[in-house]
Amino acid sequence: MHSFGYRANALLTFAVTALAFICAIASFSDKFSNQNPSAEIQILNINRFKKQSRGNDEVSLTLDIAADLQSLFTWNTKQIFAFVAAEYETPKNSLNQVSLWDAIIPAKENAKFRIQVSNKYRFIDQGHNLRGKEFNLTLHWHVMPKTGKMFADKIVMSGYSLPDAYR
Amino acid sequence: MDWRGQKLAEEVMQILLLVFGGVAFIAGYATSSFRTMMLIYAGVVLFTTLVTVPNWSFFSRHPLEWLDPIEAEKYPKPEMTTVTWKKKKNKHH
Repeated sequence: MHSFGYRANALLTFAVTALAFICAIASFSDKFSNQNPSAEIQILNINRFKKQSRGNDEVSLTLDIAADLQSLFTWNTKQIFAFVAAEYETPKNSLNQVSLWDAIIPAKENAKFRIQVSNKYRFIDQGHNLRGKEFNLTLHWHVMPKTGKMFADKIVMSGYSLPDAYR
Repeated sequence: MDWRGQKLAEEVMQILLLVFGGVAFIAGYATSSFRTMMLIYAGVVLFTTLVTVPNWSFFSRHPLEWLDPIEAEKYPKPEMTTVTWKKKKNKHH
């Protein structure tokens, strides 16, 4: 602490270290929040189900997505990224995951919603295995914090199936 | 600043930042507002800078006591005597 500049430098370094420590405990405090998200998805209509000229199956669906992710928001949450994926098994792959819809939820007010929407991204199979296929629809979410570790989790809803013949 | 003032300034700086940094965290957690915590901490850093970095007079309360000039004259500096190196005699011409 011999001069003005020396003291200013020491203070700045210590202040930034203390700030890092404060952010770490702020991130740790997220563990104590009570989280109980819920979701429900219904398939309203299968709009199109055909085989492309290249030989792959393609489906177009209309989904009714209802979710309540409000309890996932804490004081340290910046936004939540949520997406719906269709998961099924084929002879070629033990697990196929196709993302059908996603959204960025910026605040707690927007986290409880019900929307009817057709799939945002195309549902195309690697091959032609989708006739009569049973699949799960999974709602995944990534909680992006203001500081600290990002958490991801999901709800799996099973029991959906595609028709046996092309439309 | 004198020596004891420098030590005081360093200790005050560390204590202020840690204690009021903790206060900032508790305030932010209680109000569930990250923004509150950050704003309070910025205020803490500014306050600590104002208290510890400038050369306030209360940091200079224990100045070093230099000897009086008369005291110093009683013990004069020793004079420098010139030292000559004796050339080594080369035994084997």
